[in-house]
Amino acid sequence: MSLIVKIKKRLKDFSLEVDFKTNGDYLGILGPSGSGKSITLKCIAGVETPDEGYIILNGKVLFDSEKKINLKPQERKIGYLFQNYALFPHMTVEENIGIGLALSKKEKEDKVKEIIKAFHLQGLEKKYPNQISGGQQQRVALARCIIYKPDVLMLDEPFSALDSHLKDQLQNTVLELLKLYDGEVLIVSHSRDEIYRFCKNLVIIDKGKSVLFGETKEIFKQPQIHAAARLTGCKNISKCKVLSSGRVHAVDWNITLETDRIVPENIKYIGIRAHDLQIVNGPKEKEENVIECKINKIVEDVFEYNIFFENLDILFKVSKEKWNNRKEKENLYLKIPKRAILLLR
Amino acid sequence: MDISPIIISLKTASVAIALTFLLGLFAARWVVNIKSKKVKMLLDGILTLPLVLPPTVVGFILLIIFGVNRPIGKFLLQFLGVKIVFSWTATVIAAVVISFPLMYRSARSAFEQVDDNLIMAARTLGMSERKIFWRIIMPLALPGVAGGGILAFARGLGEFGATAMIAGNIENKTRTLPMAIYSEVAAGNMDNAFYYVVVVLLISFLVVLLTNHFSIKERKYFK
Repeated sequence: MSLIVKIKKRLKDFSLEVDFKTNGDYLGILGPSGSGKSITLKCIAGVETPDEGYIILNGKVLFDSEKKINLKPQERKIGYLFQNYALFPHMTVEENIGIGLALSKKEKEDKVKEIIKAFHLQGLEKKYPNQISGGQQQRVALARCIIYKPDVLMLDEPFSALDSHLKDQLQNTVLELLKLYDGEVLIVSHSRDEIYRFCKNLVIIDKGKSVLFGETKEIFKQPQIHAAARLTGCKNISKCKVLSSGRVHAVDWNITLETDRIVPENIKYIGIRAHDLQIVNGPKEKEENVIECKINKIVEDVFEYNIFFENLDILFKVSKEKWNNRKEKENLYLKIPKRAILLLR
Repeated sequence: MDISPIIISLKTASVAIALTFLLGLFAARWVVNIKSKKVKMLLDGILTLPLVLPPTVVGFILLIIFGVNRPIGKFLLQFLGVKIVFSWTATVIAAVVISFPLMYRSARSAFEQVDDNLIMAARTLGMSERKIFWRIIMPLALPGVAGGGILAFARGLGEFGATAMIAGNIENKTRTLPMAIYSEVAAGNMDNAFYYVVVVLLISFLVVLLTNHFSIKERKYFK
């Protein structure tokens, strides 16, 4: 099973240039709002037409600008879960789920009944979409896609419309329900947590361009580029100058750091995740990459403190326990561990 | 008391609304699906024109088209033996042309208000364009479409200017209610005119009630 996408499309504010493929594992598409994620899905579904490129699904060409192939959305067998679910407001739950099926009345009824049971929607058959909760609406929309047995299932920001306290539970439910479906799954999101949880592979889209494609965990560990580091949640990024193969100067922070890897010359930024900084007992230890910091502001979160400094434009996140147990209370020395330094293009 | 104007008016308005309704829907669907913005604007302008033109101007244009000495009028008379001007058919034509923009514009905006995502979703679910139109677009646009139909019916019923130009004011043939009111007042028969006015008032009030009924129904799904 595979989906190969390489398309270009001119849009009003930017031009879309996306290039990735899937191999049967869940693929996440991560990008900031308005970066062209949804339009990418729409091009794959065939409700928007790219200017050039090709889209190939399991060897079947859905779109090819050179060969002048452009299958209608109806012929593509692609399930698309819209961000607002796009349930038909004038149809009941069961009508919504069955509308796309071209079967005899009896077969249709049986299939709809079966999926309603699998999706725990019993009792809601005769309700209208505006009479059920957001989570139920999502399940209806998902059932409506899956009943049609699409070759690819695309979820557009599946959890953005839900209350945050429901999210975790609903994510689990959706994950369970997705097991009923054995095809390609594409998940678009601007939330790194969702992507990290759901997707084995990841493509990062920034300003319409797919800038990075690879294994999710690998990308979170080594984002390689500035946009990817930012999107995977790296709060501290500085411009840098490569001094030698093992030393870089972080321009924005005005500090020089040692690295445990050879720094390629094309490295323009370095990043450090807010959780990766460590408190050390002072400069006496002769450790590398230790900075003396003056605290500017401490912002308390539920489980951690966010520390801001006067002399350094870095955010430090530390668990309450670690912070309260630190030995040196007068001065604060922070270490940037070599292995935690992200080298970014 | 002559009730023929009431009969003629209701007959004219009913036949006219049937034509206007279908033509308006068809035109609205056609224009909504046009990709080029310029063509869309141009067509929209042409189709809306009868609404903003003085009815006498519309009547004048219709006379030019259907007059027996004009190409189309001549053709109809010579080959089909149909004389349009000053016939009952002319009252229908006038009513259709004048009321068409109301139907067309209401239907168009009702179609355009249907959420694009719903149409896209329907496409990805494999529904044919025809099925999408009848099962998704029409039901969702129905309140607006029906409202447009009612307005168009009312406008057709009240048509005067263009009708006077192309159909004239022939008793028992083309004298509609508005024509009859005008004629009675002109002849000084205020009582007769009053009687027709009451009939028009009643019909019009019924129309307003129906319009409200549909706009209330519209809120059912979306609250």
